[in-house]
Amino acid sequence: MSTDVSRPARPGTPPPALRQDRRVPRVFYLMVLPAVALFAVFHTLPLLTGMFFSLTNYAGYGEWSFVGLQNYANLFGDDRIYGAYGFTFLFAIVSTIAVNIIALAVAIALNGRIRFKTGFRGIFFIPNILSILIVGYVFNYLFSNSVPAIAEALGITSLTTSILASPDTAWIGVVILSVWQAAAFNIIIYLAGLQTIPTELYEAAALDGASPWKQFTSITFPMIGAFFTINMVLSLKNFLQVFDQIISLTAGGPGTSTESISVLIYRGGFQGGEYGYQTANAVIYLFVIIAISFIQLRILQRREASF
Amino acid sequence: MTATSQSAGPVLVDTPRPDDVGPVYRPDRRSVNWWLTALVAVCALTVLIPLYFTVVTALKTPDQLGGTGFGLPTSARWENFAEAWTLTSFPRALLNTGLVTVGAVLLTLLTNSMVAYAIARNLHRRFFKGLYLYFIAALFVPFPIIMLPVVKQTAILGLDNQLGLILLYTVYGLSFNIFVYVAYIRSIPLELEEAALTDGATTWTVFWRIIFPLLGPMNATVGILTCLWAWNDFMLPLVILSDPSAQTLPLAQFIFQGQFNTNYSVAFASYLMAMAPLLIVYIFAQRWVISGVMRGSSK
Repeated sequence: MSTDVSRPARPGTPPPALRQDRRVPRVFYLMVLPAVALFAVFHTLPLLTGMFFSLTNYAGYGEWSFVGLQNYANLFGDDRIYGAYGFTFLFAIVSTIAVNIIALAVAIALNGRIRFKTGFRGIFFIPNILSILIVGYVFNYLFSNSVPAIAEALGITSLTTSILASPDTAWIGVVILSVWQAAAFNIIIYLAGLQTIPTELYEAAALDGASPWKQFTSITFPMIGAFFTINMVLSLKNFLQVFDQIISLTAGGPGTSTESISVLIYRGGFQGGEYGYQTANAVIYLFVIIAISFIQLRILQRREASF
Repeated sequence: MTATSQSAGPVLVDTPRPDDVGPVYRPDRRSVNWWLTALVAVCALTVLIPLYFTVVTALKTPDQLGGTGFGLPTSARWENFAEAWTLTSFPRALLNTGLVTVGAVLLTLLTNSMVAYAIARNLHRRFFKGLYLYFIAALFVPFPIIMLPVVKQTAILGLDNQLGLILLYTVYGLSFNIFVYVAYIRSIPLELEEAALTDGATTWTVFWRIIFPLLGPMNATVGILTCLWAWNDFMLPLVILSDPSAQTLPLAQFIFQGQFNTNYSVAFASYLMAMAPLLIVYIFAQRWVISGVMRGSSK
């Protein structure tokens, strides 16, 4: 995970040995061509077929005919699509912010003067090695049974019904599970970033009487700018694809209140006979994700550069 | 897990040290901050409590369930595991998951590193530069977008099985893996390869005998990330596999949940068994796993 996503390595100067002979050794082509062919067949081709079928009324089986941009027009009048986009964005933005605040705080604490560093680091990474789906089933039980029972014992009436049972609060459950799981990886990336900061900087700042908060805003945060960028972009991109968490925690419910775009594509495309329609949804979704990633990179990298 | 983190010798510019077991903390001249340690310990409980909860629930009899569920079981009911073992066809699911994971990791390490090498050493040529950008651009295409057509395609090609999964993990991993490998390979000086070529070695030999061993640390990183992905992934097995006998562990949990969703202690025993293999490996290899992941992120 290099820290400059937008700037791929610049073309190097050719090695002297190769400079004298202008031909590329044929073996280099042999090394890449099978991979390129497979990638084109399993990634690019489906992308293009998807775009093609988004212009048809194909149900996933049987006959189909061209309908032009009808699917796209229908998308814009479809409440279920708006619901899915609304939920997915609300969920992704809240989770991205929460996971980055929590992961950065934990990483700073883990990088501080504490005992049992390696042990704690090992514990905090555990969620990342477990299947989200299975953890989701465990959390489902916790939210549905344990939390209400604890709230009952403590007399907190607002929590005595499961948060997953109400369309207004079910999304919070999905956020908690996703943040619990995703924080692990982000903590490790922030830790890697924090270890690139020379301790002399802090020593000098401490001598000048800078408060811990001042040290954070003037040294820590600027120095890990690139890691912050990568974490924000990747978190948002991953959360926008939320799928496993929904399947195990709420199955999209109550009603369709926690149905994400991925879940909708899966259900409509495989079970709802909406193959063409959902591929149109996928195409729009692709443009949305690309646009958001680029806007994020632009904003965050400008911020990085201003330091 | 085949890759071993080995020292790359003094020829590399920025290789991890031979004793690469996570970052080294400078010995702190100041005292330990026990308040902070206590705070971190409390935060660590948020990770451990759900695990504890899974273990105790898996051992309970149905009549001990209920309440907050945090109490210890009065008498452990080991039959939960036996029932889960048969109900989810645990051995078969474990074998499938293991097969897919090992296959995906091996194939990924052998192919992705080679593709990255060819690209990294020819980045000044338009064709390879284009290929590099082509693979990187795909990072922005989430799987759900190509999901529907891919499923049709794999079914037509007869790849709606474990083999298809291995192939897809390897192919879809290319984008990210090429990215990290290329960055790493470009830090390896050319002199070694030139010397070998002058001595009459083929490019092929140079890659397998010189470069691939030097990629040890990066192979570990890519291997770990691929292993975690293939082992825990739910979406690809869900949509790709057509034959129930090919079910992977997460998929088996999903099917089980749909069929027997009232028997909580057996369900939790089944979750625990599905989580256990990787968790056990992790407990023994956690330093190595984390340093591997860190290396991938700081490139």
